[in-house]
Amino acid sequence: MRDQGKAAAVASDLPIPVAHQFDDARQQHEAAAMGMWIFLATEILFFGGLFTGYAVYRAVEPQGFHEASRHLDLLLGTLNTGLLLTSSLTMALAVHSAENGLRRPTIGWLLTTSMLGLGFLAIKGYEYAHKVHEHLWPGPHFVAPPDASRGFEQFFVLYVSMTGLHAIHMAAGLLVMWVMVIILWRSRHVARHSNFVEMFGLYWHFVDIVWIFLFPLLYLIDRS
Amino acid sequence: MDSHADHAVRRYFGIFAALLVLLVITVGAAYVHLGAANIVVALVIAVVKASLVAWVFMHLRSSTPIVILFALGGVFWLVILILLTAADFLAR
Repeated sequence: MRDQGKAAAVASDLPIPVAHQFDDARQQHEAAAMGMWIFLATEILFFGGLFTGYAVYRAVEPQGFHEASRHLDLLLGTLNTGLLLTSSLTMALAVHSAENGLRRPTIGWLLTTSMLGLGFLAIKGYEYAHKVHEHLWPGPHFVAPPDASRGFEQFFVLYVSMTGLHAIHMAAGLLVMWVMVIILWRSRHVARHSNFVEMFGLYWHFVDIVWIFLFPLLYLIDRS
Repeated sequence: MDSHADHAVRRYFGIFAALLVLLVITVGAAYVHLGAANIVVALVIAVVKASLVAWVFMHLRSSTPIVILFALGGVFWLVILILLTAADFLAR
């Protein structure tokens, strides 16, 4: 179905250039998607090491993790999850607009997506500052409550490394997104860049999926 | 935009609504005392949310089998990483 949409966009616009090693635009698109998913597989395992470490420490020190999790701000965590889910919707709409050769909507949705991403990082930064203030930032100034169980500080080490690696991915995504907006802004032919927009979209959705798992594992350890 | 395009946009908004409903459910479930089942419920909801994003937003539903295979490949190795580590720690 998507290919029909592409064909319609191509018919009303200039043809999409096909690199000489590909038979046609369809094969070029499949190769790009496959390459992007291979990159995402390495990213899954990159984050996977941290998730595995989390699973081991949580299995060993369940009580410390339970206590530490309650020190995270659930309202801000939920709000941030909502922002990221919304940014995935706007990213999907940007890809959809690019495939249909609609230049202004593509740029508009990309900028909307980047604003939602910036909002996420701003809230994350506020949470980090708050943790430093409460002496719950891992390091020499960390002070656990006197009755804290073993594993309390380990939770915050994992919280900062996992959300920090995720935030770095968001920041890198924002930079690429703004470069993409500049390229689209200067181009008269948006469908020509639709593979670029779509493959970037895969990255952005992947970062969203990482947060979909981080949120319950870090913020939602049994609040009852 | 033709009607096919409208269908795609409607589907994106439908998935987005489902994701928000699942977010509310997962936060609500954390306040219900389920003991060891809390983590199971939270992870099942997270897997459903991730699958919706991958299947619709990441276009796996309209991808060729080989692209779907590569997407599953990453998950396959992640499962091996976690299962073998767990087998070690749980058997000590």
